[in-house]
Amino acid sequence: MNRRYGLPSIWREMDQLQREMNRLMESSLRPRAVRPLSFPAINVWTSDDSQVITAELPGFRAEDIDIEVTADTLTLSGERKTDQFDVEMQQHRRERKFGRFSRTIQLPFIVDTNQVEAVLKDGILEISLTRAEVDKPKKITAQSLA
Amino acid sequence: MENSEEKAMQAPEQELITEEEMERTRERRCFIPKTDIFETDEELFIVADIPGVDQSSIDITLEKNILTIVAYGNPTVPEGYNLVYGEYEPGDFQRSFRISSEIEHDKIEATVTNGELRLRLPKAETAKVKKILVKTG
Repeated sequence: MNRRYGLPSIWREMDQLQREMNRLMESSLRPRAVRPLSFPAINVWTSDDSQVITAELPGFRAEDIDIEVTADTLTLSGERKTDQFDVEMQQHRRERKFGRFSRTIQLPFIVDTNQVEAVLKDGILEISLTRAEVDKPKKITAQSLA
Repeated sequence: MENSEEKAMQAPEQELITEEEMERTRERRCFIPKTDIFETDEELFIVADIPGVDQSSIDITLEKNILTIVAYGNPTVPEGYNLVYGEYEPGDFQRSFRISSEIEHDKIEATVTNGELRLRLPKAETAKVKKILVKTG
């Protein structure tokens, strides 16, 4: 048992190596975003009775985006138009995406449609959804019969 | 020609900048922004998608003929919420381009609207005229 500390150099070095390996593994196993299923890429945030959905929509104006909520589904749709120039242009690179999109997201609860809020800032759309009162679980207290 | 109007949009994949060349000072991911480049006789236009970045968080430098765009995102986490599903990561953007023609440094215009950076680079007078006639002898 105590031999480890009796022969310090090599064992200490092994310990150190192991620590370094662990650190390496941890950093490479950091959680990454999953590949988007369709456009736009979304992130979903939840708390007890509400949900926030953020979507990356660079280049979209608020009027280009349609948001529809029915019971427990949210549909995002819209169109990004290509840049229009009145002079002749030579195109060197085209990486940005344009066109129509539509994406339906299943929500974990029935939404109070009167309380949906959507904000578009710097190309990120943030939609806040609140669970409908009727959908909330009711607490039932058992009565004890004497 | 590609008919992009009719085609359904696809989410772009986030391309990470590899950290081999230089270490970053910020503990955040840095992505390569999707960029379009156009050119006319007088100007060069660069348009890049940088969702989550506002006008004040962008550095644009033109040194010799290398144009570098650095955009710092300021991600906001909804207070009291937990992320349960994620398809994109907020982060910074960085990209450099080698510009072939001479640019009027003082006249570069940059605007950011709705997560879209638009750069207008007017060409220098000397660069505009460079057509050389080849004579047959």
